[in-house]
Amino acid sequence: MAVFQSLRYTTVSSVVLMIWLGMAAVTAAAAQDLADRVAALAEGGFNDKVTAVGALAATGDDRAAPVLEAMLEGLLFTQREGGSIVIGEHLSRRELRLADAVTGADLGTAGSRSVRKIRINNRVRAAIRSALGGLKLMHPDPAERRAAAAAVLNAPDLSFLPTLDTAIDRETEPDLKTLLGKARAAVLLSSETVADRLEAVRYLGTYTDPEVRGLLGGLLVERGGRQAEPDDAVRAAAAEAIADIDRRLQQWAIVGNIYQGISLGSVLLLAAIGLAITFGVMGVINMAHGEMVMLGAYATFVTQELFRAYWPGYFGWSLAVAIPFAFLVTALVGMAIERGIIRFLYGRPLETLLATWGLSLILQQAVRTIFGPTNREVGTPDWMQGAIETTAGLTLTYNRLYIILFSLIVLFALMLVLRHTALGLQMRAVTQNRPMAAGMGIPTGRVDMLTFGLGSGIAGIGGVALSQIDNVSPNLGQSYIVDSFMVVVFGGVGNLWGTLAGAMSLGVINKLLEPYAGAVLAKILVLVAIILFIQKRPRGLFALKGRAVEA
Amino acid sequence: MKGLRALRQSTLAFTAATVIGAGVPAISAAETIKVGILHSLSGTMAISETTLKDVMLMLIERQNEAGGLLGMPLEPVVVDPASDWPLFAEKARELISQEEVAVVFGCWTSVSRKSVLPVFEELNGLLFYPVQYEGEESSRNVFYTGAAPNQQAIPAVEYLMSEDGGGAERFVLLGTDYVYPRTTNKILRAFLNANGVGDEDIFENYTPFGHSDWQTIVAEVKDFASQGKRTAVVSTINGDANVPFYKELANQGVSADDLPVVAFSVGEEELAGLDTEPLVGHLAAWNYFMSVDSDENFDFIDAWHAFIGDENRVTNDPMEAHYIGFTMWAQAVQQAGTTDVDAVRQAMYRQSAPNLTGGTAVMNTNHHLSKPVLIGEIQADGQFETVWETDGLVVGDAWSDYIPESAKLTADWTYPWVCGNCEEPRF
Amino acid sequence: MATGSSSGYTPLLLRIDAGGWVLLLVLIAAGIGVPYANQMLPQESPWHVPTWLVALLGKYLCFALLALSVDLVWGFCGILSLGHGAFFALGGYAMGMHLMRQIGDRGVYGNPDLPDFMVFLNWDSLPWYWYGFDQFWFAMLMVMLVPGMLAFVFGWFAFRSRVTGVYLSIITQAMTYALLLAFFRNDMGFGGNNGLTDFKDILGFSLQADATRCALFAASAVALGVGYLLCRFIVTSKAGRVLVAVRDAESRTRFLGYRVEHYKLFVFTVSAVLAGIAGALYVPQVGIINPGEFSPANSIEIVVWVAVGGRGTLYGAALGGVLVNYGKTYFTAAMPELWLFLLGGLFIAVTLLLPRGIVGTLQLWGGVLRRRFSSGDRKRGSHGAVAPAPAGGGE
Repeated sequence: MAVFQSLRYTTVSSVVLMIWLGMAAVTAAAAQDLADRVAALAEGGFNDKVTAVGALAATGDDRAAPVLEAMLEGLLFTQREGGSIVIGEHLSRRELRLADAVTGADLGTAGSRSVRKIRINNRVRAAIRSALGGLKLMHPDPAERRAAAAAVLNAPDLSFLPTLDTAIDRETEPDLKTLLGKARAAVLLSSETVADRLEAVRYLGTYTDPEVRGLLGGLLVERGGRQAEPDDAVRAAAAEAIADIDRRLQQWAIVGNIYQGISLGSVLLLAAIGLAITFGVMGVINMAHGEMVMLGAYATFVTQELFRAYWPGYFGWSLAVAIPFAFLVTALVGMAIERGIIRFLYGRPLETLLATWGLSLILQQAVRTIFGPTNREVGTPDWMQGAIETTAGLTLTYNRLYIILFSLIVLFALMLVLRHTALGLQMRAVTQNRPMAAGMGIPTGRVDMLTFGLGSGIAGIGGVALSQIDNVSPNLGQSYIVDSFMVVVFGGVGNLWGTLAGAMSLGVINKLLEPYAGAVLAKILVLVAIILFIQKRPRGLFALKGRAVEA
Repeated sequence: MKGLRALRQSTLAFTAATVIGAGVPAISAAETIKVGILHSLSGTMAISETTLKDVMLMLIERQNEAGGLLGMPLEPVVVDPASDWPLFAEKARELISQEEVAVVFGCWTSVSRKSVLPVFEELNGLLFYPVQYEGEESSRNVFYTGAAPNQQAIPAVEYLMSEDGGGAERFVLLGTDYVYPRTTNKILRAFLNANGVGDEDIFENYTPFGHSDWQTIVAEVKDFASQGKRTAVVSTINGDANVPFYKELANQGVSADDLPVVAFSVGEEELAGLDTEPLVGHLAAWNYFMSVDSDENFDFIDAWHAFIGDENRVTNDPMEAHYIGFTMWAQAVQQAGTTDVDAVRQAMYRQSAPNLTGGTAVMNTNHHLSKPVLIGEIQADGQFETVWETDGLVVGDAWSDYIPESAKLTADWTYPWVCGNCEEPRF
Repeated sequence: MATGSSSGYTPLLLRIDAGGWVLLLVLIAAGIGVPYANQMLPQESPWHVPTWLVALLGKYLCFALLALSVDLVWGFCGILSLGHGAFFALGGYAMGMHLMRQIGDRGVYGNPDLPDFMVFLNWDSLPWYWYGFDQFWFAMLMVMLVPGMLAFVFGWFAFRSRVTGVYLSIITQAMTYALLLAFFRNDMGFGGNNGLTDFKDILGFSLQADATRCALFAASAVALGVGYLLCRFIVTSKAGRVLVAVRDAESRTRFLGYRVEHYKLFVFTVSAVLAGIAGALYVPQVGIINPGEFSPANSIEIVVWVAVGGRGTLYGAALGGVLVNYGKTYFTAAMPELWLFLLGGLFIAVTLLLPRGIVGTLQLWGGVLRRRFSSGDRKRGSHGAVAPAPAGGGE
């Protein structure tokens, strides 16, 4: 806090300047009509628009914020006839409800082609965000305040300083206060006073994230023989701070790599875990496994479409519903496959390869016929969006975090089913010694069907998770099938722990190699490593012992 | 007896298989002009190419409603090369030799074009290739209706370096490891060096097809961007790899204000599989966007929606390329009064046809089009909003001026050159 | 070939079964007839064979040879290789490199030393592994040597560590997948995704000339015929019986004192060489070789051809290769939206209803008929007729 205090005292002069400028703007605004300023938004190039946005925000008028927000979202239009500025709201793809931008008066509905959108680009967008940020730094909603602070940090401008000071005083949430402090220091980097800038550099140097690093790095840039930062002392301080930050980032990079490896491993695990049942436990070389994953992803898509159509308010729950739905769909398809094809092929593992290969072609084409060949959009619920930005510059994205958790939950649930349920017991009995199990009165046919159904269902659940990070297209399964077999074989057929260990080690090795070897070479190296490893341990990491081996 | 039953079963199956397999392609007796459509309907490229097949069917249908060509109806011949490159060559041969089509519209990937090229040259066929590509080619038998690098990549980078585009000084060139990104990036590097961007400010990275784990690379890009200079990403990432890439970008909080990504292979069709809310402001450079405000475009979209029966289907740049190519071919056939390839080729030069962006496209003697270049930003509704466009038409360059070996080559198929890759006129 | 001529040596020609004779006769007829019909008969003649058909048939013959090579290891030794596409592609690349070098300065950039793709990717000199490929004999040597060496080294490790069954299948798949990724890389110097294309001529003859196509077709027919005889020779030799023993009961064979891994290694390497030759003949006929040939899906498809034709019959595999590919050609044009349903359905139907493949079922058919009509005659073919593959692969 001491830093803040000192910063604030040294900037009194610039604050005064800012207030004076602000007052000048207010008096000018009085002279000009709000409508003119709104109309200016639609005119000229992006340069003019940036100016117009600033001018509109400077009025401080209550109508300014909604107009700017509409502009930001691409909902501010010029009417083709008359040329007045309106705010639109989409009723459907081709129909809009219009309201006058200045007065807010309802203008009824109109076709989307009767109005022309007011074009903005990244630069205008940043200007609007930053202007809105200035207006919203003291918004009651913390999320709005966070967005506002981030916008200011992104486009720091000295004019925000007084507002920032007030906002920091009022702010109660500690992490928001930190963010505001960063924004304030970022603003001060362009202060007139050397001492201000020096303080700001020192303050920012205590953080470890790429954004801060970028801000400080900006001081060292030389353009056309002119230094961005004229003062040597400030530049030296910045260079020192950057070196510090780099050192800390370096230390955390390895942690980041391992996290990414685990995350890749969990994706592999989800892709392979169903195969660990159908191939690992039952011995069916299931080439249609990838298509089960794909069906799971499409089941997610269908669920989400239903939610979009009927319960849009509960979209956040769509994945929760998609999981059992995908399980059900793929399990039923799996059972049908087992009854229809696979049961005739037991004891002929290599023949199952051919039949399931044919099946996978059919399933792919069927999905292509029903859903079309293009990618389908599977939405990400709000709670899975974004990331945890740690202070160490490590970004842990929520979707990856949830997928790691989810993969482990699925794995352990599956283990529980196999260990502690009657079905699980029967499954193990049938796969270990079919005639003996039959002799004990176990309905082997039914157990086979259920086992294959379970494996397929689990693959479908994997598909739900994969739909969050990959394409939902008919080719989805194809891209995972080879990897899935590698994971199961590497881990050791018939052993779920092996699958876990296989997936995680392949993921982590891949990600540790990637920064040095590049993505392609890393993958090739991993494949070669698997081939060599199999020579060493022909039955994988966790080999089953006993007679089952020779079966 | 069990053996007998098995035998009977297998006999049945075998007979069924032979019955299905037998038979020869039907030859239609009526006088028609056959138009070959060579786009993958299965395999990895079906995702992009199926739409183009549908567009061609629509254009042919419209032409037939307008009375066909030379008094004859057009007959589409659709084959499926199944994303299998040697199969493209086989199917091309089949279309030209066996089906005797007048023209072929098809191919998407460079490798499929390279695969059919010798076939078209050997049999003197005519191919319209509708996709943006790396250039460095001008075949007598191919008309390239997609963008050459100078109609896409260079204007896009110029925009990023301009004040409106954010004044980028540092560039990340991300691409899938194949010839289009390699060539485009080579051209871009030469262009950037010529414009004062040093090699230390350029980061080039290649990934395999269908790459789905972008964590490491996005993190590296963020790191590269945090050196103080305004940074932009130029993406030549292909097809399937884009969705996971953009999802990772969005989740790692890379916003377009900070680190804009301009893509050359991402169109409306690719965005259809994505929630574009977090991607607003990232860019793409094309010669056409569905959002373009012109009457031709509105008509085309309406016709497309009516044909496909789905209001949610989008249109994109390669579709426009086929639209232009088909219109030009039809005009050329009418002018030549025949579908003979040599006559049509002569009639194609300087042929002009309305494009969908409200202007006119012109076919040049190097077999490339003159088109406007548009740069658009992704919107929340999955569309692009044009933020910049060239003043006039840009002539497609077969040979890039930024690659020394190719700068000296000229493609001009009219007298006195009559050559696709010569340093001097032949005659 | 540990065992040479112990008990009763039979000349090779007598060891060919009926189906084999049919195959050889068809090949001889086609090898002479097709080029004749293309070159000598006028276009109007109903017997004229158009050039596109010659190219197509030539391609089928290459696939038949490839299927034959897979049948040799899978049908007779129980090694289910899901990576044979890799050997095929390597042979193809060796040939492709020779054809690239033959282009000389006729490429678009007119560089006499470097192929076009190297010119525009800024390579300043030819990488060392391209040396020698301008010589035809060297390229032909490499066509056999490269796939052979890879198979030998790979097999040496795998068979010695007793990697069998599904594990072997999966690591062969890993092998071809790794090669796929490697060849996709532009930095490897094999043209990346575009591969090698734009070939001009072979041994001075233009590849676009009809006569060259006919010659290539005839060469493919000869290669398939010779390949068949070689395979037949191997499987009917004493070593061939050991191979079948390995297929049906590997451990038992080992306990009997045979060095199982040596037999496996031998047959695996021979098979890889055959696949390489098939690839080398394939490339000039289709005009392109690219990494797509390495894709695991392609290798699986080869296995499917063999299964459809009839595993463990050799000529059946060749038949399967031709039939499935003909089906693909026909259906992709006749019903482009539905052909995958048919192809997929065919695979399922064959595995469920014709577990012995087409040829195996015909044999069964013939056997049943024969038994019905002449119930006393149980005599088997005297010249080491190999038992047809068990329906399931006994391991």
